[in-house]
Amino acid sequence: MASVPSDKPRMPTPVKLLIAGGFGVGKTTMVGAVSEIRPLRTEELLTDRSIGVDDLSGVERKTTTTVAMDFGRISVGDDYVLYLFGTPGQERFWFVWDELARGALGAVVLADTRRLSDCFPSVDYFERRGTPFVVAVNCFEGAPVYDLAEVKMALSLPPDIPVLLCDARRRASGKEVLITLVQHAYSRRPVAKV
Amino acid sequence: MNPDEQLYDEQVVRPYVISRGRTEARANLDLISLAVAIRQPTGLEVGLDPEHLAIVRLCRRPLSVAEIAAALDLPAGTVRVLLGDLLDSGFVAVQDPQPEVDVLDERMYRAVLDGLRAL
Repeated sequence: MASVPSDKPRMPTPVKLLIAGGFGVGKTTMVGAVSEIRPLRTEELLTDRSIGVDDLSGVERKTTTTVAMDFGRISVGDDYVLYLFGTPGQERFWFVWDELARGALGAVVLADTRRLSDCFPSVDYFERRGTPFVVAVNCFEGAPVYDLAEVKMALSLPPDIPVLLCDARRRASGKEVLITLVQHAYSRRPVAKV
Repeated sequence: MNPDEQLYDEQVVRPYVISRGRTEARANLDLISLAVAIRQPTGLEVGLDPEHLAIVRLCRRPLSVAEIAAALDLPAGTVRVLLGDLLDSGFVAVQDPQPEVDVLDERMYRAVLDGLRAL
Protein backbone atom coordinates (compact mmCIF):
# COMPACT_ATOMS: atom_id res chain seq x y z
CA MET A 1 0.00 0.00 0.00
CA ALA A 2 1.43 3.34 -1.04
CA SER A 3 1.65 5.92 1.66
CA VAL A 4 1.77 9.66 1.32
CA PRO A 5 5.31 10.92 0.75
CA SER A 6 6.51 13.19 3.49
CA ASP A 7 6.84 16.20 1.16
CA LYS A 8 3.08 16.15 0.59
CA PRO A 9 0.84 18.19 2.88
CA ARG A 10 -0.33 16.03 5.75
CA MET A 11 -3.76 14.56 5.19
CA PRO A 12 -6.44 15.02 7.82
CA THR A 13 -7.55 11.99 9.82
CA PRO A 14 -11.11 11.01 8.93
CA VAL A 15 -13.50 10.50 11.84
CA LYS A 16 -16.77 8.67 11.23
CA LEU A 17 -20.04 9.25 13.05
CA LEU A 18 -23.26 7.40 12.24
CA ILE A 19 -26.86 8.55 12.26
CA ALA A 20 -29.11 5.53 12.67
CA GLY A 21 -32.79 4.93 13.35
CA GLY A 22 -35.94 3.70 11.70
CA PHE A 23 -37.52 4.56 8.39
CA GLY A 24 -38.32 8.24 7.86
CA VAL A 25 -37.11 9.33 11.28
CA GLY A 26 -35.00 12.17 9.87
CA LYS A 27 -31.53 10.67 9.42
CA THR A 28 -30.84 12.36 6.10
CA THR A 29 -32.41 15.56 7.39
CA MET A 30 -29.98 15.63 10.30
CA VAL A 31 -27.00 14.82 8.07
CA GLY A 32 -28.01 17.70 5.80
CA ALA A 33 -28.58 20.13 8.67
CA VAL A 34 -25.04 19.84 10.03
CA SER A 35 -23.02 18.99 6.91
CA GLU A 36 -20.87 21.67 5.27
CA ILE A 37 -21.63 20.08 1.91
CA ARG A 38 -24.95 19.15 0.37
CA PRO A 39 -25.61 15.60 1.56
CA LEU A 40 -24.13 13.16 -0.91
CA ARG A 41 -25.24 9.68 -1.72
CA THR A 42 -23.06 6.66 -2.15
CA GLU A 43 -24.10 3.19 -3.11
CA GLU A 44 -22.85 -0.25 -2.30
CA LEU A 45 -23.61 -3.18 -4.52
CA LEU A 46 -24.92 -6.29 -2.83
CA THR A 47 -22.37 -8.94 -3.61
CA ASP A 48 -21.63 -12.40 -2.29
CA ARG A 49 -20.76 -10.74 1.00
CA SER A 50 -24.48 -10.47 1.56
CA ILE A 51 -25.37 -14.06 0.74
CA GLY A 52 -27.47 -15.40 3.52
CA VAL A 53 -28.73 -11.93 4.22
CA ASP A 54 -30.39 -11.25 0.95
CA ASP A 55 -31.89 -14.23 -0.82
CA LEU A 56 -31.77 -13.48 -4.51
CA SER A 57 -32.78 -16.95 -5.68
CA GLY A 58 -35.51 -16.82 -8.27
CA VAL A 59 -34.61 -13.30 -9.29
CA GLU A 60 -31.62 -14.19 -11.45
CA ARG A 61 -32.57 -11.59 -14.01
CA LYS A 62 -31.89 -8.89 -11.49
CA THR A 63 -28.17 -8.90 -11.60
CA THR A 64 -27.35 -6.42 -8.89
CA THR A 65 -29.00 -4.72 -5.99
CA THR A 66 -27.72 -1.54 -4.46
CA VAL A 67 -28.16 0.03 -1.10
CA ALA A 68 -27.84 3.79 -0.82
CA MET A 69 -26.35 5.77 2.03
CA ASP A 70 -26.46 9.50 2.51
CA PHE A 71 -23.49 11.21 4.03
CA GLY A 72 -22.11 14.62 4.86
CA ARG A 73 -18.84 16.18 5.90
CA ILE A 74 -17.69 18.63 8.58
CA SER A 75 -14.10 19.89 8.47
CA VAL A 76 -12.59 20.09 11.91
CA GLY A 77 -9.45 22.21 11.83
CA ASP A 78 -6.59 20.99 9.65
CA ASP A 79 -6.11 17.66 11.34
CA TYR A 80 -9.49 15.99 11.26
CA VAL A 81 -12.48 15.70 8.99
CA LEU A 82 -15.79 14.36 10.24
CA TYR A 83 -17.93 12.16 8.03
CA LEU A 84 -21.56 11.59 9.00
CA PHE A 85 -23.29 8.57 7.54
CA GLY A 86 -26.99 7.89 7.65
CA THR A 87 -27.31 4.13 8.01
CA PRO A 88 -29.53 2.29 5.54
CA GLY A 89 -32.95 2.07 7.13
CA GLN A 90 -33.53 -1.59 6.49
CA GLU A 91 -31.94 -3.97 8.91
CA ARG A 92 -31.44 -6.59 6.25
CA PHE A 93 -28.41 -4.58 5.20
CA TRP A 94 -26.45 -5.53 8.29
CA PHE A 95 -23.31 -6.10 6.26
CA VAL A 96 -23.38 -2.42 5.30
CA TRP A 97 -23.89 -1.50 8.95
CA ASP A 98 -20.86 -3.58 9.88
CA GLU A 99 -18.76 -1.72 7.37
CA LEU A 100 -20.09 1.64 8.52
CA ALA A 101 -19.65 0.86 12.21
CA ARG A 102 -16.08 -0.33 11.78
CA GLY A 103 -13.86 2.43 13.08
CA ALA A 104 -16.79 4.73 13.89
CA LEU A 105 -16.31 7.00 16.88
CA GLY A 106 -19.98 6.80 17.79
CA ALA A 107 -23.56 6.80 16.64
CA VAL A 108 -26.72 8.85 17.05
CA VAL A 109 -29.88 6.75 17.24
CA LEU A 110 -32.76 8.94 16.10
CA ALA A 111 -36.11 8.08 17.60
CA ASP A 112 -39.70 9.09 16.90
CA THR A 113 -42.02 8.79 19.90
CA ARG A 114 -44.88 7.74 17.62
CA ARG A 115 -42.89 4.69 16.54
CA LEU A 116 -40.40 4.23 19.30
CA SER A 117 -39.89 0.53 18.60
CA ASP A 118 -38.42 1.42 15.19
CA CYS A 119 -35.19 2.37 16.89
CA PHE A 120 -34.85 -0.86 18.91
CA PRO A 121 -32.74 -2.65 16.25
CA SER A 122 -30.29 0.27 16.13
CA VAL A 123 -30.00 0.42 19.92
CA ASP A 124 -29.46 -3.35 20.08
CA TYR A 125 -26.90 -3.22 17.31
CA PHE A 126 -24.70 -0.55 18.88
CA GLU A 127 -25.02 -2.06 22.35
CA ARG A 128 -23.90 -5.44 21.05
CA ARG A 129 -21.06 -3.90 19.12
CA GLY A 130 -19.93 -1.68 21.95
CA THR A 131 -20.15 1.45 19.77
CA PRO A 132 -20.78 4.55 21.93
CA PHE A 133 -24.22 5.96 21.10
CA VAL A 134 -26.77 8.52 22.23
CA VAL A 135 -30.51 8.51 21.59
CA ALA A 136 -31.94 11.70 20.09
CA VAL A 137 -35.73 11.99 20.05
CA ASN A 138 -36.69 13.93 16.93
CA CYS A 139 -39.53 16.22 17.90
CA PHE A 140 -42.01 15.92 15.07
CA GLU A 141 -44.91 18.32 15.16
CA GLY A 142 -47.95 16.62 16.56
CA ALA A 143 -45.99 13.75 18.08
CA PRO A 144 -46.74 12.99 21.71
CA VAL A 145 -44.25 14.64 24.02
CA TYR A 146 -42.79 12.28 26.57
CA ASP A 147 -40.56 12.86 29.47
CA LEU A 148 -37.01 11.83 28.56
CA ALA A 149 -36.95 9.47 31.54
CA GLU A 150 -40.02 7.70 30.10
CA VAL A 151 -38.29 7.29 26.74
CA LYS A 152 -35.24 5.94 28.48
CA MET A 153 -37.35 3.45 30.39
CA ALA A 154 -39.29 2.41 27.29
CA LEU A 155 -36.00 1.69 25.54
CA SER A 156 -34.59 -0.01 28.68
CA LEU A 157 -31.40 1.93 28.21
CA PRO A 158 -28.55 1.76 30.69
CA PRO A 159 -28.52 4.92 32.85
CA ASP A 160 -25.30 6.24 31.33
CA ILE A 161 -26.68 6.47 27.77
CA PRO A 162 -27.58 10.11 27.04
CA VAL A 163 -31.10 10.71 25.74
CA LEU A 164 -32.00 14.13 24.40
CA LEU A 165 -34.66 15.91 22.41
CA CYS A 166 -33.76 17.37 19.04
CA ASP A 167 -35.08 18.95 15.89
CA ALA A 168 -33.28 17.18 13.04
CA ARG A 169 -33.94 20.11 10.70
CA ARG A 170 -32.00 22.61 12.79
CA ARG A 171 -28.24 22.85 12.62
CA ALA A 172 -27.95 24.09 16.23
CA SER A 173 -29.91 21.09 17.42
CA GLY A 174 -27.92 18.57 15.38
CA LYS A 175 -24.74 20.21 16.59
CA GLU A 176 -25.83 19.76 20.21
CA VAL A 177 -26.61 16.09 19.57
CA LEU A 178 -23.19 15.49 17.99
CA ILE A 179 -21.39 17.30 20.81
CA THR A 180 -23.26 15.15 23.35
CA LEU A 181 -22.25 12.05 21.38
CA VAL A 182 -18.55 12.94 21.21
CA GLN A 183 -18.53 13.83 24.93
CA HIS A 184 -20.18 10.50 25.67
CA ALA A 185 -17.63 8.64 23.51
CA TYR A 186 -14.89 10.47 25.40
CA SER A 187 -16.29 9.44 28.77
CA ARG A 188 -16.56 5.85 27.53
CA ARG A 189 -13.07 5.69 26.03
CA PRO A 190 -10.93 2.79 27.14
CA VAL A 191 -8.41 3.61 29.79
CA ALA A 192 -4.88 3.74 28.40
CA LYS A 193 -2.69 0.89 29.49
CA VAL A 194 0.35 2.08 31.40
CA MET B 1 -40.21 6.24 -2.78
CA ASN B 2 -38.71 7.77 0.27
CA PRO B 3 -35.07 8.60 -0.57
CA ASP B 4 -34.16 7.60 2.99
CA GLU B 5 -34.97 4.03 2.10
CA GLN B 6 -34.00 3.96 -1.50
CA LEU B 7 -33.39 0.45 -2.64
CA TYR B 8 -33.67 -0.61 -6.17
CA ASP B 9 -32.61 -3.35 -8.47
CA GLU B 10 -30.48 -2.57 -11.43
CA GLN B 11 -30.59 -4.63 -14.55
CA VAL B 12 -27.69 -2.79 -16.10
CA VAL B 13 -24.24 -3.91 -15.02
CA ARG B 14 -22.42 -0.82 -16.10
CA PRO B 15 -20.37 -0.58 -12.88
CA TYR B 16 -18.94 -4.01 -13.59
CA VAL B 17 -18.09 -2.96 -17.12
CA ILE B 18 -16.20 0.05 -15.84
CA SER B 19 -14.22 -2.16 -13.48
CA ARG B 20 -13.78 -4.75 -16.27
CA GLY B 21 -15.73 -7.36 -14.44
CA ARG B 22 -13.81 -7.02 -11.21
CA THR B 23 -15.85 -6.65 -8.06
CA GLU B 24 -13.23 -7.21 -5.40
CA ALA B 25 -10.65 -4.51 -4.96
CA ARG B 26 -7.20 -5.62 -3.89
CA ALA B 27 -7.12 -2.74 -1.48
CA ASN B 28 -10.06 -3.08 0.90
CA LEU B 29 -10.72 0.61 1.26
CA ASP B 30 -13.13 2.02 3.80
CA LEU B 31 -15.72 4.59 2.67
CA ILE B 32 -13.87 7.30 4.61
CA SER B 33 -10.41 6.28 3.43
CA LEU B 34 -8.81 9.39 1.91
CA ALA B 35 -7.07 9.31 -1.46
CA VAL B 36 -4.86 12.00 -2.95
CA ALA B 37 -3.24 12.32 -6.40
CA ILE B 38 0.55 12.11 -6.28
CA ARG B 39 1.22 12.10 -10.04
CA GLN B 40 -0.74 13.62 -12.89
CA PRO B 41 -1.30 11.46 -15.96
CA THR B 42 0.29 12.70 -19.19
CA GLY B 43 -2.61 11.33 -21.21
CA LEU B 44 -0.34 8.81 -22.91
CA GLU B 45 -0.72 6.05 -20.32
CA VAL B 46 -2.10 2.74 -21.46
CA GLY B 47 -4.83 1.15 -19.41
CA LEU B 48 -6.27 4.26 -17.82
CA ASP B 49 -9.97 4.68 -18.47
CA PRO B 50 -11.83 8.01 -18.33
CA GLU B 51 -13.02 7.06 -14.84
CA HIS B 52 -9.43 6.57 -13.68
CA LEU B 53 -8.52 10.00 -15.02
CA ALA B 54 -11.58 11.55 -13.40
CA ILE B 55 -10.53 10.14 -10.02
CA VAL B 56 -7.00 11.52 -10.36
CA ARG B 57 -8.45 14.94 -11.24
CA LEU B 58 -10.84 14.86 -8.27
CA CYS B 59 -8.09 13.85 -5.88
CA ARG B 60 -5.98 16.98 -6.31
CA ARG B 61 -7.12 17.45 -2.73
CA PRO B 62 -7.66 14.50 -0.37
CA LEU B 63 -11.07 12.98 -0.97
CA SER B 64 -12.80 10.02 0.64
CA VAL B 65 -13.92 6.94 -1.26
CA ALA B 66 -17.53 7.93 -0.50
CA GLU B 67 -17.06 11.44 -1.93
CA ILE B 68 -15.37 10.12 -5.08
CA ALA B 69 -18.21 7.62 -5.57
CA ALA B 70 -20.83 10.33 -5.12
CA ALA B 71 -19.04 12.78 -7.42
CA LEU B 72 -18.70 10.21 -10.22
CA ASP B 73 -22.08 8.58 -9.55
CA LEU B 74 -20.44 5.17 -9.30
CA PRO B 75 -20.99 2.49 -6.66
CA ALA B 76 -18.37 2.59 -3.91
CA GLY B 77 -17.22 -0.92 -4.86
CA THR B 78 -16.36 0.20 -8.39
CA VAL B 79 -14.41 3.17 -7.04
CA ARG B 80 -12.44 0.80 -4.79
CA VAL B 81 -11.43 -1.29 -7.79
CA LEU B 82 -10.39 1.78 -9.80
CA LEU B 83 -8.48 3.25 -6.84
CA GLY B 84 -6.66 -0.08 -6.52
CA ASP B 85 -5.47 0.30 -10.13
CA LEU B 86 -4.34 3.87 -9.46
CA LEU B 87 -2.50 2.81 -6.32
CA ASP B 88 -0.70 0.12 -8.28
CA SER B 89 0.24 2.54 -11.04
CA GLY B 90 1.38 5.19 -8.56
CA PHE B 91 -1.07 7.94 -9.43
CA VAL B 92 -2.74 8.15 -6.06
CA ALA B 93 -1.79 7.46 -2.49
CA VAL B 94 -4.16 6.35 0.21
CA GLN B 95 -3.41 7.49 3.70
CA ASP B 96 -4.95 4.54 5.49
CA PRO B 97 -7.12 1.86 3.87
CA GLN B 98 -9.00 1.23 7.11
CA PRO B 99 -8.89 4.47 9.08
CA GLU B 100 -9.65 4.05 12.71
CA VAL B 101 -9.43 6.94 15.12
CA ASP B 102 -7.24 6.54 18.15
CA VAL B 103 -9.93 6.42 20.84
CA LEU B 104 -7.30 7.14 23.49
CA ASP B 105 -6.15 10.37 21.85
CA GLU B 106 -7.52 13.24 23.96
CA ARG B 107 -6.35 15.73 21.34
CA MET B 108 -8.71 14.13 18.82
CA TYR B 109 -11.76 14.54 21.09
CA ARG B 110 -10.80 18.15 21.81
CA ALA B 111 -10.33 18.98 18.13
CA VAL B 112 -13.62 17.34 17.15
CA LEU B 113 -15.55 19.06 19.95
CA ASP B 114 -14.00 22.44 19.10
CA GLY B 115 -14.90 21.93 15.46
CA LEU B 116 -18.49 21.01 16.29
CA ARG B 117 -18.89 23.99 18.65
CA ALA B 118 -17.70 26.27 15.85
CA LEU B 119 -20.42 25.00 13.50
